[in-house]
Amino acid sequence: MSLGKLLERILQLLPVLLGVSLIVFAMMALTPGDPVQIMIGDQSVTPEQEAALRRDLGLDRPIHERFFLFVTDAVRGDFGESFYHRRPVADVIAERLPATIELSLVALIVALATAIPLGVLAAIRKNSVLDRLATVGSLLGVSLPGFWFGILLMMLFAVHLQILPVSGRIGYSSEIVPITGFLLVDTLLRGNLSAFWDALSHIILPAITLGLPMTAILMRVTRTSMLEVLRQDYVTFAEAKGLSRRRVLFRHALKNALIPTVSVAAIETGSLLGGNMIVETVFGWPGLGRLVVESIFLRNYPLVQAAVLFYAVTYVLLNFAADLLYTALNPRVKL
Amino acid sequence: MSAPPAPALLVPEAPQKAESIFHRNLATFAANRLAMASAVVVVLFVLMAVLAPFVAPHDPNETDLFRRMQPPAWLPGGEWSYALGCDALGRDILSRIIYGARISIFIGTAVILVATSIGILAGLASGYLRGWVDVVISRIVDILLGFPYLIFAIGLMAMMGPGLWNIILALAYKEWVIPCRVVRGETLVTRELEYVEAARALGASRWHIMLREILPNILSPVIVVSTIRMAHVIILEASLSFLGLGVQPPTASWGSMVADGRAFILEAWWVSTFPGLAILLLVLAINVASQGLRDAFDPRFQE
Amino acid sequence: MSAPLLDVRGLRTVFETRAGTVCAVDGVDVSVHRGECLGIVGESGSGKSVTFASVMGLVKSPGRIEAGTILLDGCDLRGLTPKQMRAVRGKDIAMTMQDALTALNPALTVGEQIAEVFDAHDYTLPRRGSARARAIRDKSAEMLGLVGIPSAESRLRQYPHEFSGGMRQRIMIAIALACRPKLLIADEPTTALDVTIQAQVLELITEIRARLGMSVVLITHDLGVVAEHCDRVMVMYAGQVIEEGPTAEVIAQPQHPYTRGLLASIPRPALRGQPIRPIEGQVPDLIGLPPQCRFYSRCPLHRDACLAPVAMRSAGPNRRVRCILSGEPVE
Repeated sequence: MSLGKLLERILQLLPVLLGVSLIVFAMMALTPGDPVQIMIGDQSVTPEQEAALRRDLGLDRPIHERFFLFVTDAVRGDFGESFYHRRPVADVIAERLPATIELSLVALIVALATAIPLGVLAAIRKNSVLDRLATVGSLLGVSLPGFWFGILLMMLFAVHLQILPVSGRIGYSSEIVPITGFLLVDTLLRGNLSAFWDALSHIILPAITLGLPMTAILMRVTRTSMLEVLRQDYVTFAEAKGLSRRRVLFRHALKNALIPTVSVAAIETGSLLGGNMIVETVFGWPGLGRLVVESIFLRNYPLVQAAVLFYAVTYVLLNFAADLLYTALNPRVKL
Repeated sequence: MSAPPAPALLVPEAPQKAESIFHRNLATFAANRLAMASAVVVVLFVLMAVLAPFVAPHDPNETDLFRRMQPPAWLPGGEWSYALGCDALGRDILSRIIYGARISIFIGTAVILVATSIGILAGLASGYLRGWVDVVISRIVDILLGFPYLIFAIGLMAMMGPGLWNIILALAYKEWVIPCRVVRGETLVTRELEYVEAARALGASRWHIMLREILPNILSPVIVVSTIRMAHVIILEASLSFLGLGVQPPTASWGSMVADGRAFILEAWWVSTFPGLAILLLVLAINVASQGLRDAFDPRFQE
Repeated sequence: MSAPLLDVRGLRTVFETRAGTVCAVDGVDVSVHRGECLGIVGESGSGKSVTFASVMGLVKSPGRIEAGTILLDGCDLRGLTPKQMRAVRGKDIAMTMQDALTALNPALTVGEQIAEVFDAHDYTLPRRGSARARAIRDKSAEMLGLVGIPSAESRLRQYPHEFSGGMRQRIMIAIALACRPKLLIADEPTTALDVTIQAQVLELITEIRARLGMSVVLITHDLGVVAEHCDRVMVMYAGQVIEEGPTAEVIAQPQHPYTRGLLASIPRPALRGQPIRPIEGQVPDLIGLPPQCRFYSRCPLHRDACLAPVAMRSAGPNRRVRCILSGEPVE
């Protein structure tokens, strides 16, 4: 893809991003009721504090000006003050972000590592017992409510078998001074192997819960596209060349079959964002998702607004990346 | 070599009568035993919801502190009149599940009905009228697709506050995009078919063409998509309720029942387990049934 | 005449379907001699492609070879393990497919798709390391040059979609010929091509056949192609061979009514002005066939005696026909 085409595609993103921020802005601005009163709730504040908050939120200005301010501030990374934390919203979000990213990445790895081999095996052994199990499993995977599945896992592995911790990110005894904010990385960097195992044992259940629907979807996509590819002439031709079965399956078939899988995976990574809120709430995971849920009940609206915008922008960018990845993997598609 | 094929008919032919195709597809669906069984499960759930006051053994909100966390009937300390046990306030879990079905099914149906109606109208307008209407609608669709679903709903619920109608609104605001895209795509193809052109040539009005000529012929994929989406909406509602952003206590909803039980997984596993099982069963049944519908109604899945 | 390179006897390949067992190839005998070009003619469903998929060991479930022997250079291919068969495929017998666009892998470079054949079969190459890679690259470029693709070295890095249709067909032939096979099976090599390019590709195959001294099986439904390029021709119908012989003789004096019908249905300059006569009717359903002559329902000359099974009959030196109206029974 040429640089010009890439720039053109990036430019096409702008109206979507602008529209997304307009909606996030409207969610708050057009809500019936006075946001200041809602935010204050039953806390006691002086009239000066109330006026300051009003000014801070820009509520004394006309609405189009407020939107302009909202967007320009957001571009600068300024989302206002978190009323509850008495710190800038951006700082509070940045602090919670590594936990969420770490959990999402592990969930993604778990999903890819189970879905692709299972999908390929199910396709190669079509109609076998394994194939049927995989089909039933993927149906269950998309039908299980994540919050309930998390609780079931917790009851089984943490309460009943007591082989994994119930919740949190790491035990108190193995807490370490963060470097990157990713505990799995930091514990290794500090050379603290027992803390690493502790962090790993904490992340297993949340990651499985978060990754389950994605695993189910990716497995189905991989199976379908592998079946499709195995019917293609180029697979027969590769066999006619006398190549090893491994080479036919992996180099010729899988390389093509994975094109849809990878782009669906990139899109589904966006859906992990939504799942985060649920999973972090279930497992007491100190990430952004739980922060948002807590903030809703604390009526900490600037934070909720900023987080929703953050999620939406990330989602748009992930979809964009999925598009680019599809193009990059597929030499036939030229932009 | 082989005989040349008979000359193709050159006369524009209306597609097979929509109704006869519908009946044939329905027969295909009925032959799929697993899908039929799932459809029966869905119907049972609906009956349970509608007839809740008659089938529920107890008042779902009646608390009884002597029955706090009473185990299910087959465990020591359980009794058959409280078959699935009681929650932390001594309320009968089975009765709450039966009443909870009302919330899930009502919200699921309402959201899908509202969203599908809006989606059909927007999709028809977008795909048939084209021009600026299409540009505006497609832009809105693109922007709404820029939000992860649950986060969009959570953001709205946070601002609007909890409540039954607010959930329906929060979910329908984004849900209509999905039928809209399906309808738009189908309309773009259908508008070029000969029988539509014939209607146009005869001077039929735009709304007549959209609603009477095009819509009946693209309804099958819309119905299939709507049933699949119903399962998603039910999970989303349960997720909102689980987070405490759905219908408010003491109204029984499956998501909030699972949330209630979370604090007691050490001593009373049944409080969370059974409502979750109800969600799983209903969603699974809808998913299997809608897959059967898709196989029967969507020509792309017919062999 | 020396022993044939490929000798297939009594081949029977069936496909299990929900509607019943389809007998796609029913008792076919084929022999291909060294250096000769054999044309296989028949309409779709006549079993010509399945016959050679069976020879290649590429019949996939739900199909299977039920009976017959397949001797290549005296070695029974049906007795080989899958691994031994892989060593034969691409080395001793190679195949090209109808449409190079679908037969070449869109996600791999042309160079890799040629190179992997050398990698799998060529034991004369250096064992490992950069010497091996370089040798493979040189040989791949040489193959592209052989099939007439200019600046081969640089084109190895390109993907199939970057070539024209005729070029892709040449690449596929280059891949098939990479290890200098003794037998090339060309399955409808020209169907997907423009007329001018058809001629070029066939010329190429004929020329390389002469140069490498290999045998070629040309599967086609185009009798014109056969007339021009094949030494012998075999006509198939509904899973059976119905006529076989030297091309010139078969075309000059077809014995089977079906062959005559085929010849009458192609436009020929010599017969300008006469109407083209298509064969009436259709190929019979291959499930549960009665034992009668398979062409019975479409044959203008059919009679009651045709309702009995018809065996291959001799019709002169090197000619065989499956029709009771010609030739003589073989004892």
